[in-house]
Amino acid sequence: MNYLVIVIGAILVNNIVLMQFLGICPFLGVSKKVSTGIGMTGAVAFVMILATIVTYLIQHYILDKFGLGFLQTIAFILIIASLVQMVEIILKKVSPPLYQALGIFLPLITTNCAILGVAILTIQKEFNLTESVIFAISHAIGFGLALILFSGIREHLDLQDVPKGLKGTPIALIAAGILAMAFMGFSGLV
Amino acid sequence: MSQLKNFSKGFIKENPVFVLLLGMCPTLGVTSSAINGLGMGLATTFVLLMSNIVVSLVKKGIPDKVRIPAFIVIIATFVTVVELTMQAYLPSLFKSLGLFIPLIVVNCLVLGRAEAFASKNNVLSSMVDGLGMGLGFTFALVTLGGIREVLGSGKFFDLTIYPENYVTLVFVLSPGAFIVLGYLIAALNLIKKND
Repeated sequence: MNYLVIVIGAILVNNIVLMQFLGICPFLGVSKKVSTGIGMTGAVAFVMILATIVTYLIQHYILDKFGLGFLQTIAFILIIASLVQMVEIILKKVSPPLYQALGIFLPLITTNCAILGVAILTIQKEFNLTESVIFAISHAIGFGLALILFSGIREHLDLQDVPKGLKGTPIALIAAGILAMAFMGFSGLV
Repeated sequence: MSQLKNFSKGFIKENPVFVLLLGMCPTLGVTSSAINGLGMGLATTFVLLMSNIVVSLVKKGIPDKVRIPAFIVIIATFVTVVELTMQAYLPSLFKSLGLFIPLIVVNCLVLGRAEAFASKNNVLSSMVDGLGMGLGFTFALVTLGGIREVLGSGKFFDLTIYPENYVTLVFVLSPGAFIVLGYLIAALNLIKKND
């Protein structure tokens, strides 16, 4: 039951992009086509889950143990940066087709605040390891849901006759606002 | 480029939020009131200024291949300084900005200026650039926060402007952030085209 609350809360109620404003850069940057949206979601999900597990272990077995809590931000961002680099190298060797699909998105992920945000949130909420992993997976799904919905909307927006000043980013932001309004309807669920 | 021009470009012409679209997460996330926008803007300005100074000082000593991780460590150091200082002296602001303080590390604006400007220019220009960009970012956040606060809670910097019965609550919630920013950018686009 507890797990279900985490899943629904993360995907629908507190959607990471539309409600918590994490990962807006890729949300606006790579949402012009549904296919790139799917690629980005895959890369983010992969790194997010991996990063949450590693940062969880580092926080509990190294930082807490030696009283180094104040180094959290520095330690986490270094872990994420090196993790992204490592994933990139391994993927290139092991699975070239997957690397082809995710490759261009991987370097962008280091500065994706969704990854660091979820890693810090799991520590703040004092989850155990299983809960953290579920939390990360559901946030990744939530990110993917928002991104894919939004890129679908943007593909349609390209074909519409948008007023002059609103073309491009402004209309995309307004569409995102309306999407966020739709997601507010879920707010009573949990 | 004269230093004055270098300083003022961050406000309108190359405004990080309205024109370059950098640092969108804190822009949308913390601007439910003008005071939060101001706090976040000044915190980011400090990090930007300090990291620009340090990066331009040590740029010759950093091998090209590891420069991005090195920049990130420099930035993370100053973010930790801000985080701990704010927690000690401004606990209420720290609480309302929450997660977005440690997330200054991944604000693309800070890393972007370190990479695009400070790693190529001298200390003085980098300082001016950091300050100008930071204050431009603050300006954008306060504008956005002010508009959302007035529309969404009838207040401006906590001063009541009109009674709460007439507010449109959606503007302080998350959809309002997207919509107000969208219209602000649209307005700026129109003004620029008419020039």
